[in-house]
Amino acid sequence: MAKKTMIVFSGDLDKAFASFIIANGAAAMGDEVTMFFTFWGINILRKAKKQQVKKDIMAKMFGAMMPRGTEKLGLSKMNFGGMGAAMMKHIMKKKNVNTLNELIESAKELGVKMVVCTMSMDVMGIQEKELIDGLEFAGVASYLAEADESNVNLFI
Amino acid sequence: MAEIKINARGLQCPGPIMALFKTVKEAQSGDVVIVEATEQGFKKDCPAWCKKTGNELLSIEEVEGIITAQVKKA
Repeated sequence: MAKKTMIVFSGDLDKAFASFIIANGAAAMGDEVTMFFTFWGINILRKAKKQQVKKDIMAKMFGAMMPRGTEKLGLSKMNFGGMGAAMMKHIMKKKNVNTLNELIESAKELGVKMVVCTMSMDVMGIQEKELIDGLEFAGVASYLAEADESNVNLFI
Repeated sequence: MAEIKINARGLQCPGPIMALFKTVKEAQSGDVVIVEATEQGFKKDCPAWCKKTGNELLSIEEVEGIITAQVKKA
């Protein structure tokens, strides 16, 4: 049984899909998988519903300007103000690709560890309560310790 | 020694591999899992999965777009 680690830095829909398909695939091959979410990647894990949390003005601005959760992510290219993302989701549904939410759930079921970078959370003013369940919170050293033991490390 | 059939037709990658993984996990050693998939990547994915997980690929063939693989649990 090997280990796989990936840093999910991007908050784009297409890149989020790639990360979770790879994570699910690796787990389905018996690997131990850890995903480390940092910067824009954290937006993938935001709960869709706005949570009541106390924030300062900068954090409020950040939170409002960034996509809140999987349904709001844009494509990395040809997003056309959101139309690209909508078309992509439409085609994927037609081709029977699991939705991003389904991929996240199955990743959790398969034991994929999802760790969130506390430093980025702090910088962007995102609090634990605003993120989905089933996550761990850590810093760069924890990530690097896991990456040390993995045979494939990806930066997405 | 049981034979377990999985219908993974219509499932997109990584669906068939995930279904195979879950079924083999719950099977007994020596059982044969028969997977039917329509997703083209499975032709290469299945042998790769078997090699990596140490299970035996007994056969894999494609008939009219349906890929049928037989995997024996180690």
